[in-house]
This record gives sequence, C-alpha cells and structure tokens, in this order.
Amino acid sequence: MRIFARYRILLPVVSLAVVLAATFYMQPRAMSYFGINLLFNLAVPIALATIAQMMIIMVNDIDLSLGAFVSLVACITATFLSDSPMLGVLILLALVLCYAALGAVIHALDLPAIVVTLGMSFVWGGLALFILPSPGGASPGWLRALMTVKPPYIPMAVCASVIIALVTHLLVIRSGIGTVLRGVGGNARSVERAGWPVVRLKALAYGLAGLFGVFAGMALVGLTTSADANIALRYTLLSIAGVILGGGEFTGGKVSPVGAVIGALTLTLAASFLSFLRLSPDWQIGAQGAILILVLTARLLFTRRDAEA
Amino acid sequence: MSTAAPLAAPIVALTEAAKHFGPVRALDGVSLSIFPGDCLGLVGHNGAGKSTLVNVVNGGLAPTSGSVAFPASGAATALAAGVRSVFQELSLCPNLTVAENLRISHSALKGMNWRAPARAEIRAALDRVFPGHGIDADAPVDTLSIAQRQMVEIAIGFAPRGTEARLVILDEPTSSLDAGIADQLLTHIKRFCAGGGAVIFISHMLGEIFEVATRILVMKDGKVVAEKPAGGFTRQGLVDAMGHVATEAAAAQAARLPGDEVVRTPEGLRARRGEIVGLSGLAGHGQAEALARIYLGATSSWRSPREAGMVFVAGDRGRDGVLPLWSILRNASISILPQIARRGMVDRTREAEIVAEWKKRIGIRTEDVTNPILSLSGGNQQKVLFARALASAAPVVVMDDPMRGVDVGTKQDVYAMIRAEAAKGRIFLWYSTETEEVCQCDRVFVFRNGEISAELTGDAINEERILEASFEMEGA
Repeated sequence: MRIFARYRILLPVVSLAVVLAATFYMQPRAMSYFGINLLFNLAVPIALATIAQMMIIMVNDIDLSLGAFVSLVACITATFLSDSPMLGVLILLALVLCYAALGAVIHALDLPAIVVTLGMSFVWGGLALFILPSPGGASPGWLRALMTVKPPYIPMAVCASVIIALVTHLLVIRSGIGTVLRGVGGNARSVERAGWPVVRLKALAYGLAGLFGVFAGMALVGLTTSADANIALRYTLLSIAGVILGGGEFTGGKVSPVGAVIGALTLTLAASFLSFLRLSPDWQIGAQGAILILVLTARLLFTRRDAEA
Repeated sequence: MSTAAPLAAPIVALTEAAKHFGPVRALDGVSLSIFPGDCLGLVGHNGAGKSTLVNVVNGGLAPTSGSVAFPASGAATALAAGVRSVFQELSLCPNLTVAENLRISHSALKGMNWRAPARAEIRAALDRVFPGHGIDADAPVDTLSIAQRQMVEIAIGFAPRGTEARLVILDEPTSSLDAGIADQLLTHIKRFCAGGGAVIFISHMLGEIFEVATRILVMKDGKVVAEKPAGGFTRQGLVDAMGHVATEAAAAQAARLPGDEVVRTPEGLRARRGEIVGLSGLAGHGQAEALARIYLGATSSWRSPREAGMVFVAGDRGRDGVLPLWSILRNASISILPQIARRGMVDRTREAEIVAEWKKRIGIRTEDVTNPILSLSGGNQQKVLFARALASAAPVVVMDDPMRGVDVGTKQDVYAMIRAEAAKGRIFLWYSTETEEVCQCDRVFVFRNGEISAELTGDAINEERILEASFEMEGA
C-alpha cells in the first residue's frame, strides 16, 4: 500500500473510480454519452473554481470569498457581458486585477488571507446583489454554444475536465514560474533570498486564482443560462474540499492540479450518487462530508504507514 | 580577472559598513575586501555579528552606513556579482524536488524544457562536491534526511546557475554533516578557491577553520577584532581573540556510583540515574528517531501524567523548539507552567523569578526577557531552550543535537551545567554529530542503519571506536 503514499495522485483517482462504479451500479443508464455529460457538466465550473482555490492554497493562503466571487462573475456575465461585451470583458479584467492586488496587499501588509478574503466575500456578494437584485439575466450565445458543444465520442464535460487538468498541470507543475510559485508555498524566505520579488509572485498567484474564478463564473452561466447573486456560494467550501480531496495540503505548497480537477469531479458525482440512493437532500451535505472524511482518513493512514516503513 | 593574483580587484569590498537595529549595533563599521582565491574563516561567538556581516555582503540587509561594492564584476547587486549564500538553517523548499529547488535560484533556466538541464546541473554539482552522494535529482526534498538537504543546499550554492559562483558564503555548513561528508566539502572548498573562487566559511569547529581558511577574521560585538593569515593564529590564540577562555575538555569524570536503571527501550538503549548517555554514529542513522520514540512514548500519550518525566531540547530550533511569536520569558517558562500555577492560573511573579534566575545561570544575552525570542541570535535561542528544559523538574532530559551552531564558550558552559545536573541525579540522553560532545558522555550507543551497533563506556569512548562502530559493516 506504500504506492498510495508515493504516488499521491492515485488516491483521488481510486476515489473517483469507486464513486463512479457505485453510480453506474445504481443507475446503469448513466453509462452513456448523454448520461455522463449530465452527471459531470456541473463539475466544469466547480473544477475551475477548485483550480482557483488551489492557486491560493499553493501560496499557503486560503480564499473564503471564492463562492461570492464566482457568483459576482456569473451576474456580470449574465448582464454586462451579454448586453455590451466590451464593457463586460473590461469589468471581468478589472476583477482579475483586483484579485492580484489583493494578493499583493495581503503579502505586503502581512495580513491573514482568511480574514481579508472573508471580508471581500461580503464586498463581492454586495456587488452581485447590486448588479442582479433578482435572479435573471441571459447567457451570451457563444458561451451557451461553448458549454453545450457535443464533441464526437467524448462528452463535453469530460473533454473540458481533461483540458483544464492538462493546462493547469503544465502551468503549475511543469513550467518554471509554476515551480517558483509552489516554492513560495514551500519556503517563501528561500525564494526571496534567491532574488524573486515575492510580492509579485503572490499577486500572480492571486491573479491566476481570479482568472480561473472568472472562468468558473462564465462556465456556470453557460450551463444555467441565467444567474443569481447567490448562485455559487457553496463553491467556497466545495473548492477547498476539492483541493484537499485531490491530494493537496493546506500548507507547504503541496498541490496537484490534476488531483484538484478529479476532486471536483468526485464531489459533484458524490452528490448525484446520493440522489440515486434516494437520500433526502437534507442529508446530502452531511453525506458529502462523510465521503470527504473517509478519503482523508484513507490518505492519512497511507502516509502514516509509509512513514513507519 | 579570475587569477588569484593579490592585485586583482576584490570580489566584494566593504568600507566602514555598519548595520544598526535600533540601538543595537549588530555591525559596527567593518572594512573588508575578499579577493579571488581567498578562503576567509569567520569566527566569533554567538551574537558577534557574523550573520549580520554575511547578510550585508549577500545583499539581504542594506547597511545603515558605509558601502558594499563588487569591483571584480562591476555588478550592482550581490546576486549579479556571483555571491551565493548557504545558510545555517535549512532553506530549501521541502515540497519541491531537488532539481526544482535549483530552478528557484537559477533564473536563466527558461522555457518549457528546463527540467533536463536543471537535473543535469544539480547532479553535476552534487557529484563535484560530494562524490557518491546517492541523492536523486527528482526526489522531493522532504523525503531527504537533514544531512542530505544540507548537501543539496551546498551543491546549489556552488552550481554555476547560468553565471558562475564567485563567492560562496557557508554558514555552519557542516553542522549536520558527519565527518566523512564534511571532509568532502572541505576538499571541495580548497579546490574551488584554488580555481579562483572565494569562500567565507563560518564554523564553530575550529579544526575545520584551520584546515581550509587562508585568512581568519575574528568578530566580537559587531567589530573585527583580529584578522590574520590562518598560520598566524594558534587554536588557543583564536579562542582568546574571540573573548572566551576555553577550558580544556573536562577530564575529571568523577567516578559515580551507578544509579538505578530508569530508561530501557526494546532496542537496547539503557540509562541509569545520573548518567549522561550519548547517541552517536553517522548523521541520519536513526538516533533522532530513537530519541523521538522514547520522548513521545513517555510524554505524549493520552494518559501521560501532568508532571512530565522527560523534557526535550530541540536541535532543529525552528521546527521543534522556538515559539516564534512569544517572548523569551514565555518560551523559557512553558515547561514549568503546570508546576507554578495556582488554581489553574499562571503565577506571573514566580514565572518571572524563575526565568530571571535561569537567564543568569545560563547567560542568555538580552537586556529584557520580555523581548521576542527571535531578537536573540541562534546560540542564545538555544540557551533559552536549555533553560526551558532544565527549569523543569523532569528527571530525564532528551537532547536532539542541541549544540548545532553554538559557539565554543557557550558549549563549555553547557557541558559544565549538564555535568552538574547529572551529578544531582538527572539523566541526559544526548544525540550529537560531534565526537567532542559524545566524549563528554558516560555511556555511548553508536547507531548504524537504525540499530545500535555498539555500546561504549568509560575509556572506550573515543573517536576511533565510534567511527569503527559507525562504519564496520558498511563496506561489507
């Protein structure tokens, strides 16, 4: 079993496979192009949000405003981006820069990210309510088309997940700058001593988080065709759970983009699986939590055994 | 430019450089030039200003007054001038692999395909400094032992990294290396300097300083008090210049009656009352793990008694010892809080009294014990950790290589204190990488591959026997 500790990606993969097998066992009809797309298409925005959260966790911070931020982006996408695209793009760009600035401020003033982002969540939430007081808006046509595209053989949701995983893997694990960013999480002082401006690196990590948060909001509107100021509030905790489920750790810059995407898929699938079990929605959040605890326990056991061996 | 001729431009030139932290003059006007081919041994006791000097040279701190220039390269910054530092506390990113850690300090590695050259470069650097090191370039650093991490850090310091290392600053580089590896490093330093590089070598092991240094610089209270070619110093003269009178290793090992056996582990580690028990062998052969097992087994269980029977002195201060946000007082008193509490409330006056007493006994150099612990130099932080352990009433003191980066004078003080405490019936379990310290012990267990390979007592405790037991089977 040491293999699980050595290859951290295995446990997320196995968890997904187990939940997937159980789902197919409960509902064999889901084992089709259409069924799989239906099971996973809501996982695409969650996967993007999880990647956003991962960028923040990578530099030893945590983002409690992500859900509110994705909701705000969804509201902007459903209103400005759909009515006057230029203005919409500018606003979204400004939001990404806001995130980068937040990262710089958090580092420069040595503020706890958990407090700053918690505060910002109310700002984002307020703005979202201001833009879209009641649910509504419309998805831009091209976005709708993109999110409902039907590639041959492999459903959109799977394609999108693979692409997200690949791109972020290249960005975070393979590229030089991604390595340096992970280094900030591992030992910021040593990165600073090597001559890197850590404040800019933190801004970059937060900016990337903002960018993926924007993608998440847009993908969500592309699927739901309308928005609401509270549409993605639960993404905050889902994204954190996704990162951890995917083999990441809260501190030390240990993250895995592929794992994070798989974690997001597992969490989405777990919700469907529980519905197939005819579990009342009241219990679903708790059951999702139980799945999370189960996987984390497994991970802990494996790493401990490895440490003893 | 890279000739070792004395007239070549210095790699770095300090003129009257000073650094003040508030009223503290950490560096008080130092002028210094380092030429290609120099190997500068830097000595001084803890808090003498060595680390500050190093940080001014490598650009980590801007001098309050005076100037730092890099005439040989004409570069404006230390990094561009090829000045590299290997710090005392380990400063790699533990989550990255060995090759990725090289990437952090090697900005010339660009593009998507940087991994292969990075791997090749770190492998070459490791091979050059530590032949036969057995470190995989793709291993995550947190899977390596402390000694291996130190080796990687040193190798990164000497690696070309796109330009060329001209001056490498080594701050206590051998503190977690065993003798064989340390020798490899010293050999490499000589080779590097012969090839036109320069090294600043900081060490508390005077033997190493005499072996590699061409010049020796003695610092005291932020000033350079002596600077001579290495041949101009004797060992005693050097110690005197630092301002400490070294007592020759206490030979008087009072014959004590063996007390009752208190500690006994399944692997065969035994200790009697009043005994100083050493754990020795090559670094990373299971000594620290054995100590951790004993200590955690005795103290950290659910049902452990309120008054701990064991206390721990950490060697890796940042990881196991210091509470960085707390004052010196709180750091020292944490082990005795339950004993001095009244109805569950901390007795502040008694706490302050006890800490003031230990500050005096162990000589913690600070004006005010309510200063933050991080305002102290490394060696003084270590003294606080000793005070923390010795202030408690625990009969067993577990020490995990506690003298890392502690100066000669402090060491002598601590040896004496350990002897005195042992005479009162305390047991010390002492893991050390330095033979000199191990020779202070009454009984020594030598570890090899996680097991005890020899038990030495009395006159049998000497460097030869320890090395013999550390290596015996390695050739087979």
